[in-house]
Amino acid sequence: MMGNTVISLRGATKQFGGLVAVDNVSFEVREHEVMGLIGPNGSGKSTTLNLISGALPPTDGDISLKGHEITGLPARDIARKGVARTFQLVRLLPSMTVIENVIAGAVFGHRRRWGPAAERHAMHVLETVGLAERAKAHIGQLTYIDTKRVELARALAGEPEVLLLDEWLAGLNPTELTEGIDLIHRLRDEGRTIILVEHVMDAIRSLCDACVVMSSGKKIAEGTADEVLSDPEVIRAYLGDDDA
Amino acid sequence: MDILITGLILGGTYALIALGLNLQYGVSRIMNLANGEMLVIGAFTAFILFTTAQVSPLLTIFIVAPLAYVLNWIIYQVMLRPLVKRAKNRGMLEQDAILTTFGLSFVMVGIMLWAFGGDYFSYSYLARPVVILGDNFGFNRVVAFGCAVLLCAALYLWLNVSRAGMAIRAVAVSPENARLVGIDVPKLSARAFALGGAVTAVGGAVISTFLTLDASTGVIFTMKALIIVIMGGVGDVRGTILAALVLGVGETLVASLIDPGLTLVAAYALFILILLFRPQGFFGRRSS
Amino acid sequence: MKRDDWNKLGWGGALIGVAALLPLTGDGYLISLGVTIAMYTVLATSWALFSGPTHYISLATAAFFGVGTYVTGSGLDYMSYWLLLPLAGVIGGVLAALVGLATLRLSGVYFVIFTLGLAEMTRQAVTWYQNQTGHKGTYVLTDFTDQDIYWQLLVLAALVFLTGWAIGRSRLGFALRVIGDDEDVARHVGINTAMSKVALFVVSGSVAAIVGAIIAPRYVYIEPSTAFTPMLSFQVVIMALLGGTGRLWGPLVGVIPFTLLWEAISSSFPNQTTLLLGLSFLVIVYFLPGGFVGLYDRLKGRAVKRSALA
Repeated sequence: MMGNTVISLRGATKQFGGLVAVDNVSFEVREHEVMGLIGPNGSGKSTTLNLISGALPPTDGDISLKGHEITGLPARDIARKGVARTFQLVRLLPSMTVIENVIAGAVFGHRRRWGPAAERHAMHVLETVGLAERAKAHIGQLTYIDTKRVELARALAGEPEVLLLDEWLAGLNPTELTEGIDLIHRLRDEGRTIILVEHVMDAIRSLCDACVVMSSGKKIAEGTADEVLSDPEVIRAYLGDDDA
Repeated sequence: MDILITGLILGGTYALIALGLNLQYGVSRIMNLANGEMLVIGAFTAFILFTTAQVSPLLTIFIVAPLAYVLNWIIYQVMLRPLVKRAKNRGMLEQDAILTTFGLSFVMVGIMLWAFGGDYFSYSYLARPVVILGDNFGFNRVVAFGCAVLLCAALYLWLNVSRAGMAIRAVAVSPENARLVGIDVPKLSARAFALGGAVTAVGGAVISTFLTLDASTGVIFTMKALIIVIMGGVGDVRGTILAALVLGVGETLVASLIDPGLTLVAAYALFILILLFRPQGFFGRRSS
Repeated sequence: MKRDDWNKLGWGGALIGVAALLPLTGDGYLISLGVTIAMYTVLATSWALFSGPTHYISLATAAFFGVGTYVTGSGLDYMSYWLLLPLAGVIGGVLAALVGLATLRLSGVYFVIFTLGLAEMTRQAVTWYQNQTGHKGTYVLTDFTDQDIYWQLLVLAALVFLTGWAIGRSRLGFALRVIGDDEDVARHVGINTAMSKVALFVVSGSVAAIVGAIIAPRYVYIEPSTAFTPMLSFQVVIMALLGGTGRLWGPLVGVIPFTLLWEAISSSFPNQTTLLLGLSFLVIVYFLPGGFVGLYDRLKGRAVKRSALA
């Protein structure tokens, strides 16, 4: 019913000393699909994202991108092969302007450009995220949501095969949240493949084609947003046994 | 065999100096490149007290330790704390701390050169041979080694048993979490920095009984202490001691088998091997 | 290239041209001072090419410089001086690549310590080797005068500025700015951080070795303790930081006043140079972060703000 598999995890595991942060997790993400990775705090969602982007090497298991294994490759190679990400706490390049931040994504990423071509492309991406008129601004002058927009633009600028958003909507006020959800909707309509780690339920329901629910490092449910959110085990994981 | 024992004795005193540095770096996260000068100051004090008032270097320790503690506490509060406050990230703090402590080191050397001149200083204390396993060793070296062992053991116990020691280890592992459980990190950093300086100065007093030093030898000891800390792993007492012994033996081996002029080459060769194969230190877990 | 670029090139060329006229004064002291300033300009500028964007403090300058002097010192019997200069560059570059590969993946502290020891280690090794072969030092006999050395250094300075300017406009230069801002982000946008840093370190190591090779004839007689003096590394760091590493011309602004100050202090208070070095470090950290360039930018920023408010 859907496109080819873009990302697939088989038995991905990450141990920190005695703690198993990600425990034998497997799932697939298909082309043009928006997948939500959800679960309570500390359930290993962000670590899973870090395994995919190469921020951390997995202890065990395989990760592949469009059928090519990327397990344990350095982050730069994974980025070049077409995985781009944002960070849980926004990370921009503070000494550079908005457009330079975005150019950084265009120059070294999956599709590489340089010079005027990189600049034109960066401008185009800034238009997509609605920040074109702030292109020459310095990072220090931006509002919170605008810093998030810049980071998103940087990730998009390399034209990645898959985009990883780590709680991209977190910390936004209600107005900003609506804008943010609209923006990701537009990306979805453009047919991009996205994995998002998210806590905002409205966003999950309206954006995600599929969801994977994690708890204590394990995958406990998988399906559409409505399916998983009504799953008794998922409810138990979120609310605890007593309240269920 | 005598190489091994000479090496171990040398390593014992290195351990003391490196523990001082490790305490400073592990807790306050400031690599104190003026550490060697603190050692020279300790050695100078021992030298002056011995030559003018015949005070035994072993007693000098009790004068040097509190003085060095206060001096280092002031250095931390006045010079380093403002840098910690203004740093936007760890890289900036690192660069500032490197430049400041280098500056401090040169200033201290400059003052010592100005006050005492650039002469070598040495004195003769317990300079009679003792026989261990059939070989002769300077009694002063053996006594110095004994002191180092005692102090290292005391420090190790204190870190592992006492409440303050526990807090220090907690900060060394994770400053953020230590703050969350109610440890006053800035205050503790200042104290650990002061204590580390005191340990190093005591090491200087001890080492002055058998080594000839001059005002500008500090940097050599700083380098060796740094190499030991890196080999042993930051905040790791066992690793530091082991690394110090390895360095002591390695240097002695090279000095007696090849050429005494090559000790630093030996130290660096060890350092490179560690960097290439175990950058996390002897006992360290591979960090992710 | 834009018009602005041609302007900069023109000004740079003109400045070098004017500087090249200095020997025409015929004043031996001025020319000798010119050699010192030209030498530190090249060293500090190439140092800043690497350390400016990456914030790694390299104290290996003396090691590369010393290796360069020895290339000239021991190679003159075998080949032409003009071949020795590029050879020194290659050897310095290879040494820098080895050091960089071993240490640049790690944190800045490791790097500082390692580079600090590198000069001392090479010095010990060279001394040992010379003792084995039974001589203490090496004579470097050429018919170069201070004036010739000065001109050679100026040409090298021009090359370094051109290289720096070209790197600043290249992907590599941009990659280093990203690395300097946030190394994790750099990795995640696809930059090979280790190789980028090593590449720049190789440039600065190679230049320092060539400077050593050019300066060697001035010493006439070289021995390990003069060729590998650790002071050199520290002076270069101070000059570069005093001027500021944020601009290509920044180090130059630090080199000139510091060289004059150093000359003055070391002629009237020869024992206080260490103290001067220490105090300079502290002044830079506490009063001049960013160097003169940083100060200039702050003042300019304030002026712009004021005029915007008015």
